[in-house]
Amino acid sequence: MTSVRTPPSDPIIRFDNVSKKYPGQQRAALRNVSVDIDPGEFVFLVGRSGSGKSTFVRLILRELRPTRGTVQVEGRDIAALPSWRVPGVRRRIGTVFQDFRLLPNRTVWDNVAFALQVTGYRRREIREMVPEALDLVGLADKSGRLTDELSGGEQQRVAIARAFVNRPRILIADEPTGNLDPATSVGIMKVLDRINRHETTVVMATHDSTIVDQMRKRVIELEDGDLVRDQGKGVYGTQA
Amino acid sequence: MRLGHILSETGSALRRNSTMVVSIIVTMWVSLSLFGAGLLVAQQVDLLKGRWYDKVEISVFLCTPDTVGDNCAAGQGVTDTQKATIQQTLESDPNVSRIYYESKQEAYDAFLADYRDGPLKDALTVDQMQDSFRVKLVDPEQYRSVVAEVAGLPGVQNVQDLREYFDPLFHWLGIAQWSAIGTSVLLLVAAALQIGNTIRLAVFSRRREIGIMRLVGASNAYITWPFLLETLVAGLAGAGLACATLAAGASALLPGNSEVSMQTLPWIGWPEVGSAMLGLVIVAILLSIVPTLIATHRHLRT
Repeated sequence: MTSVRTPPSDPIIRFDNVSKKYPGQQRAALRNVSVDIDPGEFVFLVGRSGSGKSTFVRLILRELRPTRGTVQVEGRDIAALPSWRVPGVRRRIGTVFQDFRLLPNRTVWDNVAFALQVTGYRRREIREMVPEALDLVGLADKSGRLTDELSGGEQQRVAIARAFVNRPRILIADEPTGNLDPATSVGIMKVLDRINRHETTVVMATHDSTIVDQMRKRVIELEDGDLVRDQGKGVYGTQA
Repeated sequence: MRLGHILSETGSALRRNSTMVVSIIVTMWVSLSLFGAGLLVAQQVDLLKGRWYDKVEISVFLCTPDTVGDNCAAGQGVTDTQKATIQQTLESDPNVSRIYYESKQEAYDAFLADYRDGPLKDALTVDQMQDSFRVKLVDPEQYRSVVAEVAGLPGVQNVQDLREYFDPLFHWLGIAQWSAIGTSVLLLVAAALQIGNTIRLAVFSRRREIGIMRLVGASNAYITWPFLLETLVAGLAGAGLACATLAAGASALLPGNSEVSMQTLPWIGWPEVGSAMLGLVIVAILLSIVPTLIATHRHLRT
């Protein structure tokens, strides 16, 4: 028997009839969701609070396992992976959150380098990769600043630089503009778009209708755990 | 790079938790010292028991015309028939390994040899001595059955067993030894709980950092190492102090070769102290690692 490897054109993320029910909850957080996301796509995940967006994201990161169905990332059923291999999967997925999740009292450089240090990169590699990432997010001149001295938008850029510093194939952004004003949000979206042009697949969960409407990218809408819309070049509101 | 980062994280964790680290060191020090002392007392007691029980034998003293006893006929010494019965009884006991008969004259000669230059040497005559059987046992711990067997035989004036004098001593030494070990085990349990709690607090205070490490794909081993090293440093520091305490105690209490007066007793030496220290270090390592792994495990489940 030969092992079957996924050809590059196959979906990078595949949800196959995925349901997730939390223990002690009557209603499923996700119900029979099937969706394929191809390499290099930019996908908005929209829906009201409690619609299942975060569950969707956490399933990709293997923070959760599906109750039914399979979640494949880069062709592998990640629920079936032994837990010691999970960090390896996460190294290939960059993540950005609404609350930035930066280390306070450390510089911008330290925060970005941290992701490389704890995953075993050499000092020389770190010295090359960190400036590239900071350059990409437009913070090359602030690498020595402490993160708590920065504005919200700048902090989110640091978080994006950290998520992208090792050039992951997938970037997950969970409400990355949720704490930012509209003008700053536009700047963040430009950065994410730039990252997408580096052939990184971007999956962004958001409430921000303006951004979704402006970007005209693929939109996946969840409602009470059901996938109710999957539309290329979509807008935020449900189309008739 | 990774090792350097782990070590620098461990260093900053030790500085950040310095008061807790000091309290772990002190608890480990005291409990491991007690534990080590318990181990040494146990070895000393075993050694004494072994040597003394080995030397000690049961003496079955036989009646003389002058002696008084339940099994002695008034004014008569032991008869040859009675002697033969006593000897036969002893020989048929499977726990008896060797018997020899000591006559009055031999006992007197031995007495004279022991007190050659003493004022007592003229105080006794041959007839004041008693004939006796000297009995060696296969298992010295089982002396009671042998004593019971011959004590009631006619012609036996008295059965003397030095173990009767030693047993209370060993009993108290045993209590001292187990109290030391018991107390130290309680303290060691407290130390383990303290380490577990310290690490839980440390993990909690670093939850943001740990969350980010998990997010970017640091392995669980990588995340756990600084915590393990932190407790290992504290545990081994405690063990080091406990070893120093044992060494100081041993050099103060163990007699040197020049102290002839103490050489009549067998004493444990530096090899035993060394093995107790090795025991301490092993216990310290286990006490550091196990609670830390348990405390961090919950936060690192994937």
